Amino acid sequence: MTAGFISKKVLGALVTLIFVVCFNFFLFRVVDADPVANLFRGKELSQSQRAELREEFGLNGSQGEQFVKYLGQTAQLNFGRSYSTNQPVWDEIKKKAGATIALVGIAAVLSAVIGIMLGIAAAWRRRTKADYGITAFTMGAYSMPEFWLGMLLLTFFAVKLGWFPVGGITDPDSSATGLAKLADQAHHMFLPALTLTLAYLGEYTIIMRSSLLDTMREDYLVLARAKGLRDVLVRNRHAVPNALLPVVALMAINFGFVLSGAIAVEAIFSWPGLGLATYEALKGPDLPMLQGLFLVFSASVILFNLIADILYAWLDPRVRTS
Amino acid sequence: MSGQVPLLSVRDLHVTYAAAERPVPAVRGVDIELEVGETLGLAGESGCGKSSLAGALLRLLPGGTEVTGEVLLDGEDVLTMKPGRLRAVRWTDLAIVFQGALHTLNPVQRVGDQIGEAIRLHSKGTSHAKVRERVGELLELVGLPARRARDYPHQLSGGQRQRVLIGLALACEPRLLIADEPTTALDVMVQAQVLRLLEDLQERFGLATIFITHDLSTLASVCRRLAVMYAGRIVEQGPSHDVFAAPTHPYTRALAGAFPVIGDQAFRMAPAGLPGDPPDPRHLPEGCPFHPRCPAAVETCSSVPVELWPAGPGRAAACIHAPGSPVPA
Amino acid sequence: MSALAEAPSARRIAWLRRRRAVAGAWRDYRRHLPGMVGLVILVLVVAMALAAPLLADEAGLKAINSTGNPTWASPSEFGPLGTDGLGRDVMTQFIWGSRISLLVGLAATILAMVIGSVVGITAGFFGGAVSAVLMRVTEWFLVIPFLPLAIVLAAILGPSVKNIILVIGITSWPSTTRLIQAQVLTLRERDYVDRSRALGASNWHLMSRHILPNVSPLILANTTLTVPIVILSEATLSFLGLGDPSNASWGKMLDDAFESGAVTLEAWWYFVPPGLGILLVVLAFTLVGQALEEILDPRLRDKHG
Ligand SMILES: Nc1ncnc2c1ncn2[C@@H]1O[C@H](COP(=O)(O)OP(=O)(O)OP(=O)(O)O)[C@@H](O)[C@H]1O
Ligand SMILES: [Mg+2]
Repeated sequence: MTAGFISKKVLGALVTLIFVVCFNFFLFRVVDADPVANLFRGKELSQSQRAELREEFGLNGSQGEQFVKYLGQTAQLNFGRSYSTNQPVWDEIKKKAGATIALVGIAAVLSAVIGIMLGIAAAWRRRTKADYGITAFTMGAYSMPEFWLGMLLLTFFAVKLGWFPVGGITDPDSSATGLAKLADQAHHMFLPALTLTLAYLGEYTIIMRSSLLDTMREDYLVLARAKGLRDVLVRNRHAVPNALLPVVALMAINFGFVLSGAIAVEAIFSWPGLGLATYEALKGPDLPMLQGLFLVFSASVILFNLIADILYAWLDPRVRTS
Repeated sequence: MSGQVPLLSVRDLHVTYAAAERPVPAVRGVDIELEVGETLGLAGESGCGKSSLAGALLRLLPGGTEVTGEVLLDGEDVLTMKPGRLRAVRWTDLAIVFQGALHTLNPVQRVGDQIGEAIRLHSKGTSHAKVRERVGELLELVGLPARRARDYPHQLSGGQRQRVLIGLALACEPRLLIADEPTTALDVMVQAQVLRLLEDLQERFGLATIFITHDLSTLASVCRRLAVMYAGRIVEQGPSHDVFAAPTHPYTRALAGAFPVIGDQAFRMAPAGLPGDPPDPRHLPEGCPFHPRCPAAVETCSSVPVELWPAGPGRAAACIHAPGSPVPA
Repeated sequence: MSALAEAPSARRIAWLRRRRAVAGAWRDYRRHLPGMVGLVILVLVVAMALAAPLLADEAGLKAINSTGNPTWASPSEFGPLGTDGLGRDVMTQFIWGSRISLLVGLAATILAMVIGSVVGITAGFFGGAVSAVLMRVTEWFLVIPFLPLAIVLAAILGPSVKNIILVIGITSWPSTTRLIQAQVLTLRERDYVDRSRALGASNWHLMSRHILPNVSPLILANTTLTVPIVILSEATLSFLGLGDPSNASWGKMLDDAFESGAVTLEAWWYFVPPGLGILLVVLAFTLVGQALEEILDPRLRDKHG
């Protein structure tokens, strides 16, 4: 893979990022001439409060001036202060990012791995009970709102059976450290991670199944069998690597979904990450926080797209060597 | 013929594909006998069942396909072999150069690895370096520099890929090679090169070969014996020069009479001078399946079934005009 | 004179051909089991939504009219589905909620389809710089994660059914655009478009007479596959508190259930029905969409089964 290819992709990602940053500006100012009035509808605001808020939002001065000022601040990761905590938005985000990265990371990896394996199993046993069962299961999981699944799991396994804590990331009464603390956190993470994994593996299964079915018609598999390879090896060495390519392309999109899904799921399990922060910022509404979160979510999806693009090119020699 | 068991002996082979509406009988009773080192040419129009026959010999046809009869390799029936034995026989006794070089190589694996995989599979424990060396030798054997082993299929031209496939087929030193239209997708110059290469290899290694094409003139120059297929059956066979120079079956005559430009796709579909289309295997005409297109057809052809009747020394033809035909024409 | 006489008959032939095609597609569809299952579920749910005024009194949605009811009554104690924390009948909420969920699902989909098709056809048809710009913008919108964007938009616009339709509609079009553009590109290569152009047909004529009829099956299948995504999006936005409080959808019901502590009270009867409703409708639309896709695009026929 050439350096030219990578720099082209990185440049593309940067342009997209700049677009999102600009879009964010217009979202809050052009779509709605007076976000202050709208966000605080129903609340009495004095003239001076209003002026103060307008200043805070950078709504004074001409649009051009506002835009330049906004760009400068964004470049310095200055997204203003959160209303609810009065801390800089960026500090709040940094503080909460870890919990979300852990949850979303684990769920994204698990849903991909399990989803792909189910897809392989279904395609390989096409038109058998296993195939129908897997397809029905994934269709069902795909059709549920993820937070509803979270509510069901929470009610049953945490409230009714008491196997898992009902929320949070650690037991507030516990003073455990080291491994014990990690185990406690894993215990807390189990249900939210399970919810996200189940909710998002369906896409992988469906795509992997259909991709593998396509691949299984390929002539090079007949050659592999003719060479004397066992069926399992024909599948693992020849069919799966080819069938995986379209799935890699899906990964970035799906990552965006898992990240979005984390908003409601973190709210349900009071998982103290960016999703819960979004949920709380919405109830405020805490506009600077929402803006900052929007940018962070978008930037991470863009980053993931970039990674997926490069991974795809690296996996497919036809792209890599051209 | 010597008293030994022949290398390959196919008896009454039938291949029937499972299809949505009705099954497709692609091969309908074929007998083939092949001695060690012998070459047989198999000709026929597109869709007459040549590839189906080749696939059946190693049980490579899609699941649900019904294959009956006997395929005896050294007297052992491939069709009833246990899976483990079958895998061992594949590529070491019988290897195939598949039709369509463009799609038969795995696009995400280096060609050297694809050749090496076969070597490693059949001689377990071969060292890495040994495998690499052998892959290099094979590539050079087919006229490619050894460093091409590191290339991916898309980095090779059509002719080079075909060479890789031939090298791959020779990887485990099989005793029988089936070359299924090894030159169809190639341009004229490259076709001639590949053919010469195959001829050369066959002589050097004493390889028995079944050579499949639609082009009778090529076969006549490369193979000692010829078999012509029509609608899933062999309709004429014999020593290739005799068959080519004086065909008995009107279908062979049509194939031989037309001197095609090599690689001419139009000819591939419909031999010159032959009206109509090749028959749909699901709806074969009564009597001789060739009679609707046959210039020499008589009334009985549409009702009397034909089979291979003697037609001169070492020859047979499935036509009521054949000298040995019991049916009065 | 003869040209005049010919024109209507040509159109009539085209019309007849299209009618035959539709009849043929329906014959195929009837044989498609998953598709029929989806269709039956849809018909039932739509019937329930339309008949809501006959099935349950709308007044029961207000807590003020439910003061006589017990609160958190389980199904065995009250009605078919029990009551919520304010004593409101869950069955009534479920029936009326289907209306909002379906309304938002269909309206937002139509909005997204119109935007997506217009942009896609324009980009595909004109090509060149127009296409480059449009498709670039489409790519950008594809990358922006949908939910955070929708959240921000909905937070700015405020919670109402109209706004939620708007928000989902203007965030869900890009994938349709990409699909349609690709299809139009292949259509443009066909001879008859060139021929019509040579005969002096205007761009508008070409687009409405040749391109649109040919992409409409694709749009139809894509629509059916977009509705379930939109319904899920609506549920999520409502759950996050962006739903219309005075017109509760199934998603809003789930929000209310969660906010009022139904989970800790194990009051499953409050949140199981709306979730199941969403699941069934989403599943049904997906099944119908896949069936349509297979029937309209025979290349896929082998794949889903
Ligand atoms: N998997 C399959 N399922 C159903 N029918 C098949 C299948 N494969 C081949 N056929 C049919 O079997 C018949 C013989 O096909 P085959 O590939 O053996 O022909 P061929 O002689 O090799 O032709 P060509 O010269 O084009 O390679 C054809 O009518 C073909 O349509
Ligand atoms: Mg063939």
